[in-house]
Amino acid sequence: MIVDAQNRDYREVNEIIRSSKENIEVINPLGQRFLGAGLRERRVNVYGIAGNALGCYLDGGTVEVFGDAQDAVGDTMNSGRIIIHGSTGDALGYAMRGGRIYVEKNAGYRAGIHMKAYGDKCPVIVIGGRTGSFLGEYQAGGLIIVLGLDRGEYPISGYFTAAGMYGGRIFLRDPGEVLLQKEVEMRSAEKEEMEEIKEHISEWCTLFHMDEEKVLDAPFYVVSPKKGDTPRQKYVAN
Amino acid sequence: MPMCGTRDPIYFLGAFMRLEGEVRIPSGCAISAAISRKGRLFTGEAMIKAMETMHERSNGLGGGFAAYGIYPEYKDYYAFHVFFTDREARKETEAFLKDRFEVVDSSVIATRTIPEITDVPLIWRYFLSPLRSIVEREMIGEDEYTVRAVTRINSTINGAYVFSSGKNMGTFKAVGYPEDVGKFYRIDEIEGYSWTAHGRYPTNTPGWWGGAHPFSLLDFSVVHNGEISSYDANRRFVEMFGYRCSLQTDTEVITYILDYLIRRQGLTPEESANVIAAPFWSTIERKSEEERKRLTYLRTLYSSLLITGPFSIVLGFTGGIMALNDRLKLRSMVVGEHNDMVYVASEEAAVLAADRNAGSFYFPMGGEPVVVKVEGEV
Repeated sequence: MIVDAQNRDYREVNEIIRSSKENIEVINPLGQRFLGAGLRERRVNVYGIAGNALGCYLDGGTVEVFGDAQDAVGDTMNSGRIIIHGSTGDALGYAMRGGRIYVEKNAGYRAGIHMKAYGDKCPVIVIGGRTGSFLGEYQAGGLIIVLGLDRGEYPISGYFTAAGMYGGRIFLRDPGEVLLQKEVEMRSAEKEEMEEIKEHISEWCTLFHMDEEKVLDAPFYVVSPKKGDTPRQKYVAN
Repeated sequence: MPMCGTRDPIYFLGAFMRLEGEVRIPSGCAISAAISRKGRLFTGEAMIKAMETMHERSNGLGGGFAAYGIYPEYKDYYAFHVFFTDREARKETEAFLKDRFEVVDSSVIATRTIPEITDVPLIWRYFLSPLRSIVEREMIGEDEYTVRAVTRINSTINGAYVFSSGKNMGTFKAVGYPEDVGKFYRIDEIEGYSWTAHGRYPTNTPGWWGGAHPFSLLDFSVVHNGEISSYDANRRFVEMFGYRCSLQTDTEVITYILDYLIRRQGLTPEESANVIAAPFWSTIERKSEEERKRLTYLRTLYSSLLITGPFSIVLGFTGGIMALNDRLKLRSMVVGEHNDMVYVASEEAAVLAADRNAGSFYFPMGGEPVVVKVEGEV
């Protein structure tokens, strides 16, 4: 079912999506918020610029954007998939606790903030380009993979990477120098860990038609909390 | 997260307008800007479209626009835009102005009557030239002379408020949604080479006409999304230099800080950004020696002007704009381009609403100023 979002506000567009039982194609979007919110099944494709909180509380469905997305993509999502053929704004995967997010290009500040994992729930974010500062801020669980492709002179992740992180892991491909907070450390990815993330990178390459062999042919590093660290003094000192 | 540029009850002009909306609801304001690098004039229509797209970021308690290059026929005169509660306030203000300025022209500002904008005050415009004899006697420049007059009116004449005072520019603001405020002031008929816009979601003060953005002083105007936590430290500092923060809102103090740093201290817009959004010491440490010295100097010398708390702002000035986020980047902001046009907005969708062919989207880092200037004279 095709939904023309032109001159429709976000309530109307989301109401149409919710009340339908079919897969949805949203055309002519212009920043409408909450597209695909809480979707349990089905697929919502968005052709153009998606608004804030795309796929928030997603619970099993698939949201795919052929264009950029704005802030808080996948806010508190539980399961399902979000695919962005472009870049996203700040706070990507905010408090995400399950599911997968694949971003073709760059993410803004605070990607993966407050991401968490529990039991069989382990959220994964794969970002093809670079990210802004505070990548994985207060991260408590899950995997963030940043490939850093086509980043030119820019650092892979800005300042204060993993500030306040106390769980989960961040994988960085060929990162160069990364500024880390004292509560975390960076080391080379082990062979088993590479096996573990291979399926996610493979999926990202399939989605965005990239050469998997080339993407994997670079050193990967892992950022994780130092052993025995507890969640205290997690704020950046002035 | 809390939002938009205001704090504490308003004491000033207590009986001025209907004071409403003391409800605190999390959301964010909206800002946007557009400038032609070639100094080409364009109407405010694109700005209305941009703001309309971000409707949810405002709550109808304030909207406004600043436009540059709009009064070419009077470009050498200070253009005052003034709200009056009543005729008496206007007469008192006009008497004050006539004592100090040659009033070259005065008129009611043209508006459209629309149901969305209510409780409309008297809105007047004056083109003014400071009386040379007094300026010389007081041994201050014309700009400083004019700033003092604005401060005097706003702090002493009950029921009068000068909300725009620059040359060849003007601020237009009201209580309402920004797209309605734009229609009200007929900005689709006004042509400027640069525009800024704001949609307000006041959280700490009731929304009223004077408290809407942009805040301006001379040709500096500021639109602001955020809530600064250093307000009192900043206010105490600028009040030592004759500014009066009469509105109790944090955006007003940002305007005065930038006027102080750029006009009075002679800093560049970029340097002023290094003061108000100074990098963390840990970041400064990593810079080259020269840059480290420069940043340390600015942060140390103007330590009271460091602005903390979330903000994204656009500063408008003659011939240019500067977009800036707080150093932690707690607000969103994007820059886009198309031919000679550069756009700034809280959301990428707003840039595309203003110009569907805009591209090359860039997301500035926290504390990274984006300055765009018109090439050549304006």
